[in-house]
Amino acid sequence: MSHGAKMKKKNNALKIFLQPIWSKNPINIQMLGICSALAVTVQLKTALVMALSMTFVVSCSSFMISLFRKQIPKNIRIIVELSVISTFVILTDEFLRAYFYDISKQLSVFVGLIITNCIVMGRAEAFALSNPPHLAFIDGIGNGFGYGSVLLAVAFIRELLGSGKCFGFQVVPDYLYSMGYENAGFMLLAPAAFIIIGLLIWLQKVLTKDGELNR
Amino acid sequence: MTENLVGIFLNSVFTGNILLAYFLGMCSFVAVSKNINTAIGLGFAVIFVLSITTPLNWLIYHFLLAPGALYWIGLPDVNLSFLKFIMFIAVIAAVVQAIEIIIDRFSAALYAGLGVFLPLIAVNCAILGTSLFMVERDHTFIESLIFGFGSGVGWMLAIISMAAIRIKLRYANPPYGMEGYPLAMIVTGLMAMAFMLFSGISF
Repeated sequence: MSHGAKMKKKNNALKIFLQPIWSKNPINIQMLGICSALAVTVQLKTALVMALSMTFVVSCSSFMISLFRKQIPKNIRIIVELSVISTFVILTDEFLRAYFYDISKQLSVFVGLIITNCIVMGRAEAFALSNPPHLAFIDGIGNGFGYGSVLLAVAFIRELLGSGKCFGFQVVPDYLYSMGYENAGFMLLAPAAFIIIGLLIWLQKVLTKDGELNR
Repeated sequence: MTENLVGIFLNSVFTGNILLAYFLGMCSFVAVSKNINTAIGLGFAVIFVLSITTPLNWLIYHFLLAPGALYWIGLPDVNLSFLKFIMFIAVIAAVVQAIEIIIDRFSAALYAGLGVFLPLIAVNCAILGTSLFMVERDHTFIESLIFGFGSGVGWMLAIISMAAIRIKLRYANPPYGMEGYPLAMIVTGLMAMAFMLFSGISF
């Protein structure tokens, strides 16, 4: 392989990794997988665990599906994809239950719902079925990080404004409270998540001058 | 008993709305709420599928998967509950497929209305989510029936009102970049606030 081709290949992998984090962010641009994104963002801790679980599931299942992409018959591919994805979700859920029981209780059904998360299915259909395993893995990691970054951004805003904390540590100083500052309890409720994510998507659209798209 | 069932129904339609309080089924909610007729069609399909799969998954969970559920074939120590994710999604996919075949066979009109939405529903998180919540909240069989139906009604209520609001929004003049999804999310947030107010009413 010539040097140029090698460079191109490396750039390609980097592009596959970076695209889903910003310009093709699964949540903000493609509007996939918001279902679970909102429910776990009351605290940064749960959001981080959810983001890592998601990254693990999407990258491993993309890798696996891409590995078998030539063996999977076309008309039963959906059920094959679902079983691969469910296997990794079960692994994640059992792992969390064994080592992080409290967080697993807080995440409740949302780890299980990774199965029906459109991102995982979407990447399997749109990318893993037509690309080699290592690229599919990178694509999965990129999408997991893209998803995670939005989750963490929403969780950061909600936890900071809603309970004055950051990863469970108090960051709003006591004298502010004694001066009459109060936490915005609204931030901990469901509607706040919708509104924050709406504002974040708006921000990204304005920054990428993408406002006319998806009208 | 009846009071409890009414409570579960009202809770799943209003205060514990599967979409507005637990964010499930957002993907199809945002994508399909552009047109009010398709929203109604999808809403009915969701009610239909939820009222069948939730009790069905209850039976499967309590007779096959739950800890000690296999006592009836003499295996009281077996705990297969970790299989619930894969089992539930398989049941949902199979039921959706079966419903599609049945209504295609017996009612062309119903198929034209619901048929196109059924494949979409198999991967709707609201369906799997309701089954998982049913396990987590320890519902009885009758309760799971009511809960499945109520969640479907709540979801339909949300998507139809959203579709109606979006028709009005077409004539609005939002700031640059706000059109489409960002506006839809913020409107959903406001709707969620309205639905939360029902929790102030004691039934």
